[in-house]
Amino acid sequence: MLQSLNVRATLVSLVMLVVLLGIWELANQAPAADKPLTEYEMLMGGADQEARVPPPSAVIDLAVDELSNPFYDAGPNDKGIGIQLAYSVYRVLAGYLLAALIAIPIGFLIGMSPLMYKALNPFIQVLRPISPLAWMPLALFIIKDSEASSIFVIFICSIWPMLINTAFGVAGVRRDWVNVARTHELSALKTAFAVILPAAAPTILTGMRISIGIAWLVIVAAEMLVGGTGIGYYVWNEWNNLDLTSVIFSILMIGLVGMLLDLALSAATRLVQYQE
Amino acid sequence: MTKHFLEIDNLARRFPAKQGELTVFEHASFGIDKGKFVCIIGHSGCGKSTIMNVLAGLDTPTEGHVFMDGREVSGPSLDRGVVFQNYSLLPWLTALQNVTFGVQARWPNWSKEQVREHSYKYLDMVGLGGGAELRKPAQLSGGMRQRVSIARAFAIEPKLLLLDEPFGALDALTRGTIQEELLKICDATNQTVFMITHDVDEAILLADRILLMTNGPHARIAESVKVDIDHPRDRSSIIHDPGYYPIRNHLVDFLVRRSKELSGAVAPETDAQAAGAHPKIVNPAADATAGNTSAEHSAA
Ligand SMILES: Nc1ncnc2c1ncn2[C@@H]1O[C@H](COP(=O)(O)OP(=O)(O)OP(=O)(O)O)[C@@H](O)[C@H]1O
Ligand SMILES: [Mg+2]
Repeated sequence: MLQSLNVRATLVSLVMLVVLLGIWELANQAPAADKPLTEYEMLMGGADQEARVPPPSAVIDLAVDELSNPFYDAGPNDKGIGIQLAYSVYRVLAGYLLAALIAIPIGFLIGMSPLMYKALNPFIQVLRPISPLAWMPLALFIIKDSEASSIFVIFICSIWPMLINTAFGVAGVRRDWVNVARTHELSALKTAFAVILPAAAPTILTGMRISIGIAWLVIVAAEMLVGGTGIGYYVWNEWNNLDLTSVIFSILMIGLVGMLLDLALSAATRLVQYQE
Repeated sequence: MTKHFLEIDNLARRFPAKQGELTVFEHASFGIDKGKFVCIIGHSGCGKSTIMNVLAGLDTPTEGHVFMDGREVSGPSLDRGVVFQNYSLLPWLTALQNVTFGVQARWPNWSKEQVREHSYKYLDMVGLGGGAELRKPAQLSGGMRQRVSIARAFAIEPKLLLLDEPFGALDALTRGTIQEELLKICDATNQTVFMITHDVDEAILLADRILLMTNGPHARIAESVKVDIDHPRDRSSIIHDPGYYPIRNHLVDFLVRRSKELSGAVAPETDAQAAGAHPKIVNPAADATAGNTSAEHSAA
């Protein structure tokens, strides 16, 4: 039953994909030659050339081309899509792991101590809604390095969901389980690792999953601002080259990598999930 | 003043409520000697679990003190093993790991093999084995979870066992086996036990003394009923003991009628108790053989 449901869902997905691509392809055919160009169009030198979105066949051609050699490096403005994505993933992971390293212990502290919760809450409430890109000028000024600045921006945007979820998960650990630790005379450290961490792990991992999603959203914008390398820079560069086929291709790649990052975190969440 | 192994001195627990205070129980004083088995019986919500949390050291009483072995109980300890009413197993661990969790905490220097062996001994005692011990609590039935919880508490071999309706979710057959197992352990190791139960027959089978609690709020321990039946006991022969039915009738009568009559705040006859005296000791079995009421079953 479930199997046939999956099969049917895949079929429907495929049909939708084909129909969508078909419409896209047909809608973007070169206009028939029987319509004479208007005077204005002639002046603009056949404006339809640029106004047309490239059809999927062109994107697929480019994708095959790019993905057959993703790691070539022919100078600062011509690197393979694999290299650009690797730069972005590296920055995301660096900022993200740094954020996890800080957010999870502090979240633990906040979750365990109502005093720390109340003391830190105003800071969190003010800092959290700030768009991560708003930090960029300050980061560039203080750090004076575009690479480190974009990592900082990732750090600052991915810290909040992890911090808040860790605190929430730790504070919500069932009293009964803490009592089990207490009746067994576990030390505070042992209680934290043997009872509270596993109990709060699913909530913490959910926060980490939200964070990686946000980080991947933000890195594209950050790299557009900072330039140099990375998938965000690549998109912007191809737009400046008016190479829309490459823009569409890189958009799809951004989606694909984002999905893979999310899948990895969801697999990790399943690993620590428990049933009450 | 501490003459008993466990000494409960004028205990009270009140919770802050919307209007004023909610007094769950008050004026609770009693003692348990080493190696004795004491049951407490009372209606649902009268405060049995609340008392037990205080004895375990998980909760602090509003008034009064608890002493064990001459020292005041001020927090939880491995000397007191607890079987919680809702089992309180850690859901991310398997049944076996839940037991080894306790054993490792009790004997941190034991080898893995030693811990495993000891844990299996107690899992076998409660009849959990053959693969069930490798499942997570969510994949076990209510009765199986309860048995894991019992194994965890017994495995740490505490000086005092605190059991909160430990056999509530078990079928009659398993319940009987574990009750007998518990009796055997207690007779062999001189284990001290404080147990909450709703089951009158279970209380008579296991206990040396049964404390009767009036209905809450302002619950009190009204009486301490002596179970004057010789050890070793077993389920099939205990009902033929001349003391059995007098005791049983006394308990049922208390639960059905007197627990309500005696409930409420300071009743006049409890003035003595308010001063911290122990509850009145009654011995229905002896009273019956002395030719008093409810002697109709004593001929059996
Ligand atoms: N933390 C608390 N705050 C306020 N009231 C509480 C709290 N804990 C327990 N009570 C109240 O104390 C009373 C006794 O509760 P308790 O759990 O001890 O009952 P019990 O005798 O164990 O009942 P049962 O046989 O159903 O388990 C109840 O009326 C309950 O509402
Ligand atoms: Mg209870």
